[in-house]
Amino acid sequence: MAHAAPSPAGYKDCRNIWASTLEKLAEEDPRIVVVVNDSIGSSKLNAFASRFPERTVNVGIAEQLMVGVGAGLANGGKIPFVSAAACFLTGRALEQIKADVAYSGYNVKLVGQSPGIAYGELGATHHSIEDLAWLRPMQQIAIVVPADSWETEQALRWAATYDGPVFIRVSRMPVPDLDIPNRVFEPGKSELVREGSEATIIANGTTVHLAAAAADLLAQEGLSVRVVNMATVHPIDETALEAAARTGLILTVEEASIRGGLGGAVAEWTAENHPVRVERIGFDGFRSTGSVDYLFEQAGLSAEGIAARVRGAVGRK
Amino acid sequence: MTDRSNTVATIRDNALWMRRKAFTMVYNKQLGHPGGDFSSIDVLATLFFGVMRFDPANPRKADRDRFVMSKGHATGALYTGLCKAGFYPEELLETYMGPGSRLNGHPNRQYLPGVEANTGPLGHGLPIATGIAIAGQIDGASYRTFVLTGDGELQEGSNWEAAMTAGHRHLSHLTVIVDRNRLQQGQGTEETSRLDPLPEKWQAFGWDVFEVDGHNHESLLDVLGAAPGDKPRCVIANTVKGKGVSFMENQAKWHHGVPDAEQFAQAMEELV
Ligand SMILES: Cc1ncc(C[n+]2csc(CCOP(=O)(O)OP(=O)(O)O)c2C)c(N)n1
Ligand SMILES: [Mg+2]
Repeated sequence: MAHAAPSPAGYKDCRNIWASTLEKLAEEDPRIVVVVNDSIGSSKLNAFASRFPERTVNVGIAEQLMVGVGAGLANGGKIPFVSAAACFLTGRALEQIKADVAYSGYNVKLVGQSPGIAYGELGATHHSIEDLAWLRPMQQIAIVVPADSWETEQALRWAATYDGPVFIRVSRMPVPDLDIPNRVFEPGKSELVREGSEATIIANGTTVHLAAAAADLLAQEGLSVRVVNMATVHPIDETALEAAARTGLILTVEEASIRGGLGGAVAEWTAENHPVRVERIGFDGFRSTGSVDYLFEQAGLSAEGIAARVRGAVGRK
Repeated sequence: MTDRSNTVATIRDNALWMRRKAFTMVYNKQLGHPGGDFSSIDVLATLFFGVMRFDPANPRKADRDRFVMSKGHATGALYTGLCKAGFYPEELLETYMGPGSRLNGHPNRQYLPGVEANTGPLGHGLPIATGIAIAGQIDGASYRTFVLTGDGELQEGSNWEAAMTAGHRHLSHLTVIVDRNRLQQGQGTEETSRLDPLPEKWQAFGWDVFEVDGHNHESLLDVLGAAPGDKPRCVIANTVKGKGVSFMENQAKWHHGVPDAEQFAQAMEELV
């Protein structure tokens, strides 16, 4: 399994809050079940599985079956959380997600563990940078990419009550909780992380805190940059996009392919509704082996890397 | 010594070298899948040093025998084996999973000679090997295709689609070896989703089935070296996950467990 250098104090692996939240949800609602593909350990579900053995459906190494079973469980009145490494959940079972979940309209919660390039050294087969682009054309699926543990918990709680398909990424790469007062999670609504007027960085997931740090660097240089946490990629927050477009420059930042994910969604919306320069930061194509830190650095996913892109983009505005 | 006893001795020596080298790579990188490396190393060593015909200087030669590593997570086994077989120098092994290394956590044929398929997601090797065997059948070629799968891996339905097609088409030059260590990532295969009776399943799909001790080089050499018949062949290699290191054997946690200094030292004492 991939491992990263020790992370700063307070940084948390979101899989822990995923596991404890699911346990609480299962206590509250007997319909909740989990479906996994030999991924109890990697989904941090050992405690859940010993507490709720009959509500833990481990189908073995069989992702297509796993998603099909999820649809069937929903038919039978359950609320299935289908949890697997994001790469196999979305890649291997894509047609099941399309036909059995989205098109059939089954109430299945798809939980993509260790998404993005969390499995750094294991390579491109295990990186899940395509997931957002694969799922986004299926409008029935709400797509949430939480920025931290707090938002992961909120998104899971919301998903449990919402009647419809949802895809939630659960980050393995440790991240700090965002320092925003009076937060409320509302699906389809973004969060303002930094106010600013000369450009807007729209980020989600593990990159939001990096984008905020980049804006802080730029503020010291006298550049006023807004930062938005666009956790819900679909349906996207159009009000926030309109406000971002009015700053005259948008940069998107995500732990995903720059093709078709958050960057794609923002570029599509602005091209049609409010043409403005959009630059996308993320991964362009298959990545090599290497630690998460190395791969982030290479893609310019750091406070300094993002700040440098903003400086350059301001000149191209 | 006879040719055969020479071959068996070479397989044994190389298998030991592969175990020591693979575990050193895992220890240095603190990453890898040593349990599945150790269960499969004797099979790989037998194929590379006793059975297959290939030319490391010409790795894409049309009539080479092919080996597809379907359980792509066992790169410690694959990379040490291909190295010993002469496909690349030993120094390269030191870059294992390093930044930008050609030795990716799962094999990549575009980076490394001797690799036939970019595996990692389970359940891809047998379909690809089936395609290779169909190509050989169309051409009336004599080369053979070997593919190694995990046993947990057989829970993927794609394997059974390939098994049906290969049986139907009498792909006589195709051999699947199942690394039957009875463990998958989290626990036993039989506790997760039962595979037994496994030989009967393959027979029902039109395959000739053989069961062997997957750590006995002589038995492996006999069954893998035998000339093709008229059906595809399934060799169920009964193995021990973590084979060769006492504290690792039959322990699910060594699927992707990595050793500390003390464990590494003990393993090196045992692997002689
Ligand atoms: C499609 C897919 N699903 C899940 C995984 C994660 N995974 C990697 S190895 C493994 C267990 C494999 O068990 P087995 O096939 O028995 O291999 P071995 O015991 O020889 O290591 C799992 C679940 C994967 N690589 N690919
Ligand atoms: Mg196994």
